[in-house]
Amino acid sequence: MAAPMIEIDRVAKQYGNHAAVADVSFTIDKGEFIALMGPSGCGKTTTLRMIAGLDQPTSGEIRLWGRRLNEDAPWERDAPLVWQSYALFPFLSVRKNVEFGLKQRRLPATERRKKADEWMERLGIAGLAERGVDQLSGGQRQRVALARALALEPEMLLLDEPLSALDPHLRVRMQSELVRLHRELGITFICVTHSHSEAFAMADRVVIMNEGRIQQIGAPREIHRRAANRFVAEFVGGNNIFTGTACVEADGSIALVGPVGTVHAPAPTEAGIVTGAAATLVVPADRIELAAESTGSGNEVAARVVTVEFVGSTVTVFLETEGGGELRAQRSLHEMENTPLAVGQPVVARWSPSQGFFLPA
Amino acid sequence: MSMAALRRLLLLAYTGVVFAFIFAPIVSTIVFSFNADRFPSLPWGGFSLQWYEAIFADATIQRGLINSLIVAGVTCVIATFLGFSAAYVDYRYRFLGKSVYLALAALPPTVPVVILGVALLTFEGRVGLSGTLPGIIVGHVVLSTPFAMALVRMRLADLDPDIERAAWNLGASPWATMFGVIVPFCAPAILAAIFLTAAVSFDEFMIAWFVSGVNETLPVRVLAMLQGQVSPRINAIGAIVFGVSITLIVLAQMLLGRMSGRAARKKG
Repeated sequence: MAAPMIEIDRVAKQYGNHAAVADVSFTIDKGEFIALMGPSGCGKTTTLRMIAGLDQPTSGEIRLWGRRLNEDAPWERDAPLVWQSYALFPFLSVRKNVEFGLKQRRLPATERRKKADEWMERLGIAGLAERGVDQLSGGQRQRVALARALALEPEMLLLDEPLSALDPHLRVRMQSELVRLHRELGITFICVTHSHSEAFAMADRVVIMNEGRIQQIGAPREIHRRAANRFVAEFVGGNNIFTGTACVEADGSIALVGPVGTVHAPAPTEAGIVTGAAATLVVPADRIELAAESTGSGNEVAARVVTVEFVGSTVTVFLETEGGGELRAQRSLHEMENTPLAVGQPVVARWSPSQGFFLPA
Repeated sequence: MSMAALRRLLLLAYTGVVFAFIFAPIVSTIVFSFNADRFPSLPWGGFSLQWYEAIFADATIQRGLINSLIVAGVTCVIATFLGFSAAYVDYRYRFLGKSVYLALAALPPTVPVVILGVALLTFEGRVGLSGTLPGIIVGHVVLSTPFAMALVRMRLADLDPDIERAAWNLGASPWATMFGVIVPFCAPAILAAIFLTAAVSFDEFMIAWFVSGVNETLPVRVLAMLQGQVSPRINAIGAIVFGVSITLIVLAQMLLGRMSGRAARKKG
């Protein structure tokens, strides 16, 4: 296997007594789109800033192609950042902003201009070249910030919450545009975001952080289907999390006796769960079907509809079982239109045992 | 007439009276500087430029004007440079005793100028600067630097700290960032500071009176003339000094207005 491009090796960052980042290690391959995700204060931005050299690790090492990077000043690194606030130079025109990095590299004026024109063209802001940045909309500023960073033709691009300041409709457009740019350029993208939908939509791999530590690293699908712990299962959303008492069955599967009754799921491959131990089962909400009657196979829980929440083209149905357990199921708007559900209506929530998984104890 | 209209009228009248009170002496100075009569009394004795001719013919006044221009010219450059540096240190760094540093930097204009003048005279007498133009410049720099610092600080308060880091991130060294980002961003404030400190120095009388010795600046010369005689030439000098000062102040104000206008647009 080829050597990783960037290695974050046991990196920590202390601010006084507070550890913003505590012992974080992961590697990034060339051309990957990595998302650093977590709630605010989880250390994702600090990690990004340490890669850019804007913050110094208290301990640990950051390597680029095997070479220690810690002591390199920010201006000696080739890791342009797209700032959350865009941080465009307010006294310069769009063109001068895009040329700024090239000027620092002492590129001759004609070449500078040519490159800046190319990148402005590519990002659809060629018509704004002579404007001042205070005359631009949020979406346009974002493009200037991208053009300014990409004009350096770096081997990695850092993005700090690139979409958070945009309107929702622009956000979705910019999201697919970032994915397209990443594919076309083939360079490494490292993107910080607090939104799991952004991270999962764009990244090849997602690093989930909380309180300065990595909770899970994996492809979006993997994380969605196999959360490593309770924090991840809760943070990515759309999961049912049941806590109860385990009981190992004759066929090796595990029954969980909990608030929603007795439900089954396969035993986890790693650590064994023993009868009588507390265990946590995760069942993704989109894997739960709602039926009118019981069929007698798989996991079935009788429940009553409490609320129906419309989120875009999906609908989340909140249910309550007779024992007082809570459950949620996700349906498409289409399904919802075909078989409408009324609040208070009794339903049977059903899922195959293989759709659920136990969290490591 | 309604109450609101009456209140409006009274307010206008009051404002007019306040302005008249402030500007009447200045206006009368300018008006009588063109008066042909020797004494500033009505009726006007006719239009004349004789007092202007007289002051331009007077070598001591010429000398004073030239001294004032040299002192103001050098002072504004040094004071603005120091003020900018002090404001940048405040913007960029956090350190122990920063509030003390800021208080000290802002202190000179709060010290009564008489005390500042005496102190400067004593000190400069020891180091051999008293009675020289550099001696006056030192005093004026001390007095006007805080104004320059205040103007630049105001401007830097509008500079997103990420912008400086963004320049580093794009490969600009700290020096390249200073001249490529910080100074251009502060340019309106720096220009305003140059005009304002020049105006402060050009008008300053007390420090100059203490330390100038034989190298009188224009305000010192004017006082010396007033002590000897009341001449309409004073009016002519007053008009010129007022013209220079008001030009500098208005230039500074225009730059500041443009600056705050832009900041307001950015927030809006």
